[in-house]
Amino acid sequence: MPILTADMSAGTIVEWRKKPGDAVKRGEIVALVETDKGLIDVEIFASGVIETILVEPGATVPTGTVLAVIREEPGAAPTPAAPAAIPVPVAPPVVLAPPSEAKAAPGRLKISPLARKLAAELGIDPATVRGTGPGGAIRREDIEQAAAGAAAAAPAAPRTALDRQARLRQTIGAAMARSKREIPHYYLATTIDLHPAMTWLTGENLERPVGDRLLYGVLLIKAVALALREVPELNAVWRGGEVVPGQAIHVGVAVSLRSGGLVAPALHDADRQGLGDLMRSFRDLVRRARAGGLRSSELSDPTITVTSLGEQGVETVFPIIYPPQVAIVGFGKVVERPWSVGGQIVSRPVITATLAADHRVSDGHRGGRFLAAVDRLLQEPGRL
Amino acid sequence: MTRDEVRAVVLRALGEIAPEADLSAIKPDVGFRDQLDLDSMDVLNFIVAVHAALGIEVPESDYPKLATLESAVEYLMARGGG
Repeated sequence: MPILTADMSAGTIVEWRKKPGDAVKRGEIVALVETDKGLIDVEIFASGVIETILVEPGATVPTGTVLAVIREEPGAAPTPAAPAAIPVPVAPPVVLAPPSEAKAAPGRLKISPLARKLAAELGIDPATVRGTGPGGAIRREDIEQAAAGAAAAAPAAPRTALDRQARLRQTIGAAMARSKREIPHYYLATTIDLHPAMTWLTGENLERPVGDRLLYGVLLIKAVALALREVPELNAVWRGGEVVPGQAIHVGVAVSLRSGGLVAPALHDADRQGLGDLMRSFRDLVRRARAGGLRSSELSDPTITVTSLGEQGVETVFPIIYPPQVAIVGFGKVVERPWSVGGQIVSRPVITATLAADHRVSDGHRGGRFLAAVDRLLQEPGRL
Repeated sequence: MTRDEVRAVVLRALGEIAPEADLSAIKPDVGFRDQLDLDSMDVLNFIVAVHAALGIEVPESDYPKLATLESAVEYLMARGGG
């Protein structure tokens, strides 16, 4: 069971899209899994043949559980039809080896004293836990996650919509509490003149067919993505006590769900998509986030998150970093404000952009450079 | 199209965006953005759905004219939906 988000502890197999003997290609959807974030299409990250399915539909299992065994074809190489650059998820849904090899390595366990004490208190056998610390050492978080997974895997009554909402709220709460507890946040804000962007957008949308029109939000996302090229330390994740730079810029966008709660799936390679393509991807992502059909890589891949509460009337957002990411950008409402232009006071549409970033990874100087870059990029929207 | 048919198109488009909503309870003279908790992406999808159903291309500057059920039907009838 892949770990799709930092706070995910278990998932339920709803259905398998493949059966034993089926050939699978990297990037193909092999299973539908229910998580606290909704129904997720789980992709395979290796090519081969499904040998055995180990977890039947309806079963809820902790993250890290081996779901199926895939036999890699000798000499098999990703076919051209397979996605070329799908990043490896936090944990793969299947293994390429017999299930027994997926267990913790035998011999002396590497486990911190705190984790060992906690395991004893919670009744967790450390030998069954996969460590995420240096050299595979088992940390307190690993034991907590194993305990949460064991609880989630216990037989339970069928979930109702209210149950799902409550669990989603619990999941969000756990991730945010962890963030506040572990991440030394610093906050910066800047006010950006959106007159050039809004003027350009109005003209651009006049030329575009209805279905291809842009929302100003997509300009903000693109500006963030391009600014990350200039300040790449904000485009990263924190794992095992160290920063892991993002290999690409995958911007997570916070999407509110109609039943309550939110999810922040990735717009892959946001810096490399033109505005038209990015808008189509954005529309499709929001639709699937709300209707179901997100892919596992979209949940596991974000390297930063963008959240906007402007439509709720909020002027300034003070966001909380979504672990294991190291930064989040917030945008407020577009408001008309007096603005000085060439010594004259004029009315301009402005927006407040905020950055919350992890002080273990960056400092205010670099954060300030990032916000300045977002501002500068939005002054030349035609080049986004 | 009759007024009722245009109204049905509008309600069908809203129903696709907010499937959980009780469309029979929509107040015709109150903005459905607030009633149905729609955001700008929802509004764009609504405009796209109306365009697909009626072939009417609504310019961005006219979006406020489709803010309520009543005004949306009026606007679309005037634009040839009827």
